[in-house]
Amino acid sequence: WNLQFKGCFGVILQTHSGSVWRVTWAHPEFGQVLASCSFDRTAAVWEEIVGESNDKLRGQSHWVKRTTLVDSRTSVTDVKFAPKHMGLMLATCSADGVVRIYEAPDVMNLSQWSLQHEISCKLSCSCISWNPSSSRAHSPMIAVGSDDNSPNILAKVQIYEYNENTRKYAKAEALMTVTDPVHDIAFAPNLGRSFHILAVATKDVRIFTLKPLRKELTTSGGLTKFEIHIVAQFDNHNSQVWRVSWNITGTVLASSGDDGCVRLWKANYMDNWKCTGILKGNGSPVNGSSQQGIFNASLGSANTSLQNSLNGSSASRYFFPPLDSPRAGSRWSSHAQLLPPPPLIEHSCDADTASLQYPHPRRRCVSRPLNLLPENEGV
Amino acid sequence: MCFFLIFLILPSVSARDPALHSQYSTQVSILSAMELIWNLCEILFVEAAAAGPLLLRLLDWVRLHVCDVDNMVREVLSSENPSKHELFWNVVDVFVLQGRMDEARHLLAKEASANPTSVNMYKTLDDLMKKMPVPSLGNTQTLTEMELKWQHWHEECQRYLQDGTFASNSHMESICKILLGDEDAILEKKELLATWYQFLVTRLLYSHPTVKPMELRFYAQSSMDLFLGGESSPEPLDTILMAAFEFEMHQVIKECSIALSNWWFVAHLTDLLDHCKLLQSHNLYFGSNMREFLLLEYASGLFSHHSLWQLGVDYFDHCPEYGRVYLELHIERIPLNTEQKALKVLRICEQRQMHEQVRSICKIMAMKALRNNRLGSALSWSIRAKDAAFATLISDRFLKDYCERGCFSDLDLIDNLGPSMLLSDRLTFLGKYREFHRLYGEKRFSEAAKLLLMLMTAHIAPCSFWMTLLTDALPLLEQKEVIFSAEQTYELMRCLEDLTAGKSDKQKFQDDDVETMKVEMLRLALARNLARVIVKEGTLEGS
Repeated sequence: WNLQFKGCFGVILQTHSGSVWRVTWAHPEFGQVLASCSFDRTAAVWEEIVGESNDKLRGQSHWVKRTTLVDSRTSVTDVKFAPKHMGLMLATCSADGVVRIYEAPDVMNLSQWSLQHEISCKLSCSCISWNPSSSRAHSPMIAVGSDDNSPNILAKVQIYEYNENTRKYAKAEALMTVTDPVHDIAFAPNLGRSFHILAVATKDVRIFTLKPLRKELTTSGGLTKFEIHIVAQFDNHNSQVWRVSWNITGTVLASSGDDGCVRLWKANYMDNWKCTGILKGNGSPVNGSSQQGIFNASLGSANTSLQNSLNGSSASRYFFPPLDSPRAGSRWSSHAQLLPPPPLIEHSCDADTASLQYPHPRRRCVSRPLNLLPENEGV
Repeated sequence: MCFFLIFLILPSVSARDPALHSQYSTQVSILSAMELIWNLCEILFVEAAAAGPLLLRLLDWVRLHVCDVDNMVREVLSSENPSKHELFWNVVDVFVLQGRMDEARHLLAKEASANPTSVNMYKTLDDLMKKMPVPSLGNTQTLTEMELKWQHWHEECQRYLQDGTFASNSHMESICKILLGDEDAILEKKELLATWYQFLVTRLLYSHPTVKPMELRFYAQSSMDLFLGGESSPEPLDTILMAAFEFEMHQVIKECSIALSNWWFVAHLTDLLDHCKLLQSHNLYFGSNMREFLLLEYASGLFSHHSLWQLGVDYFDHCPEYGRVYLELHIERIPLNTEQKALKVLRICEQRQMHEQVRSICKIMAMKALRNNRLGSALSWSIRAKDAAFATLISDRFLKDYCERGCFSDLDLIDNLGPSMLLSDRLTFLGKYREFHRLYGEKRFSEAAKLLLMLMTAHIAPCSFWMTLLTDALPLLEQKEVIFSAEQTYELMRCLEDLTAGKSDKQKFQDDDVETMKVEMLRLALARNLARVIVKEGTLEGS
């Protein structure tokens, strides 16, 4: 129904006449531009305008709806802007299985969008993701996920690639192993790799790598064939996973699920993926959370306070007992202690109990509770 | 690595704010632990101290880091009569445990002078302590020589103990036992030792001074077991130190990663070990990858800080494989709240030839400026981005503004465009048009006239602007002095006719009175000028 923006002020935009499913930002090169999509079968593009300098709205900004895209005949389930090197382009997908790609030829005029492509996916679509790679070796690519519940076992994730010769998007690949409804899908930022990484949110969290093989010269226009591997599959949420999101460098994946938790996944330098953190929505600490050091890059459109807690930059995370007041020049090494970091969420009740747990520092021989967690393994 | 700054701040803060004090204390503890680990790694891995010097280094290490006894020592030494102080023997024990023989002897001398009856006992002990062989740093003796000397000395101590020389003074007897490396005697002083690694070093000093690096692990393990005595389990710090004594570098790094909350320590430690080529020699074939991995993690973390991101840049520079691409991704995401910050970021990108990032950032800044109607700023950003299309757009806005308001904003910028004027035709026109106005203002009319004409004939001016230009020509035509030559006047007329002919009949019909009047006025002015100039040019000079 309404879009709410949290910023230094909140703005509520009366926009769609049905539930708003998704909201996404365009790259700041195009200004402050948003797109939204809704159950009311439309997608809309918004721009933030700053008031003219000679009227009383001077300096104040407000949002203006620039265009409404009404081609869909069913609920529009996802809208995503294309990578900026493709210009001002966006894709929408609908419940009737059609993916539409629009372009604004004049980036200064956001009210003119033309429908460039319509892709029929044959399955009800729930999510799309553009491949962010700007490498010339990779053609534009979209992954489409479906939450179709019908019992036939069609692959629920399809990859469409732009074919330079036919100037159309064609299906390049389908992930046959994903047969459960897919709720979210996300390509990772590329980092100059030759292969792509795709995260899928379905009944569990899955991470795939797609290695492009030599383009088939026989098929018309040379569609890329991919070697697909599943590099990780995690059912820790123990329930439907709804969203997946990558950080800037594509090294940390965040997933959210019906268990009310956000989980963070990271690969070590041996390319083994592991859970590096669990955040519970209501702020209470999580038992058995596994953490190894830190994952400090931001997650997609970052929430800075979350980021700081993930950084562990505040050493108050260590609950040390009160020490004697120091004399100048004395060193504290004998009190040097490295207590393992507590679980990610610092709750006020944690601080109270922690100070009771640790005995007086001078009696180092006394046993101390160890928080080392079972899943900890290599860096 | 010096943390003295924190030690200086701590006392002044503690008085004021208990919460802050406890936070700082916490950080000091962690930093101390890190320093402890780092120094040990330096001794064992980087320096790779051999048997002999190894013990001396370890003694230094322990003396440097275990100082909670310093207060006690100071208290006793500064008291009026140290030998009568209740903690006197504790302090002597501490000195002996830490191998600080001279200081111990000094204190004992005080006690000796206070107790003349036991002078002989003191003299014996003093003698033993003086003669104790220690490994030397230079090459003055080989290990075997030292071991031999030490054996003799050890036997001598043993004789004195068995003879009951120190039987009358339990303190001195226990000191002698410590000198003999008696574990129970040493363990009795647990409180003074404070940590198992101090116990380890003391043990080594008095029983195996020529310990070899590879033997350390056994002594370390047994020391920890003996000291903790099964009452408590090892803490993370203990595990890390133990891994170091076992020369398991990889384990050290792993344990540190688990125990610490950010990558700062492990990144730098791994980097150091890698530079010493230690990671490879220890069969960690992924050594340099791990170094880069940790550095990338650490630097990425820096980027979320509002000012430390600049350090992150340097770290990325030192990551050969992924550093550049990480930097490219991160630097685009830095919030550009102020122009200074944007310029700083740009400088960094330009230094590293990150052209795409430069273009992108300039574009973002230009858009921001445009949205806030700061046309001058938007123009300079788009020039920096070398974005011709955007420059054209902004120039159009400038011209539109001029048409509406009759004056230019951001004159400074437009006047000083210089060669960047050539970025886009519209921009060139804007620059030249402003020049025309300037020439007119300086009353350099013939130059202004030439420029004006050139703008139209060379098609620099967009057709939509010709009417304005011709209107600008009016005052020049109306001057008392004739400015436009005949040829120029013919050109102007041609331009006017081109302009009016270009309009379809429908457009002419839509033209309001003002438009038609303007055209008429122009025709009149041009005709009059032509008349005058023909006469002028036809007239012979001087006649």
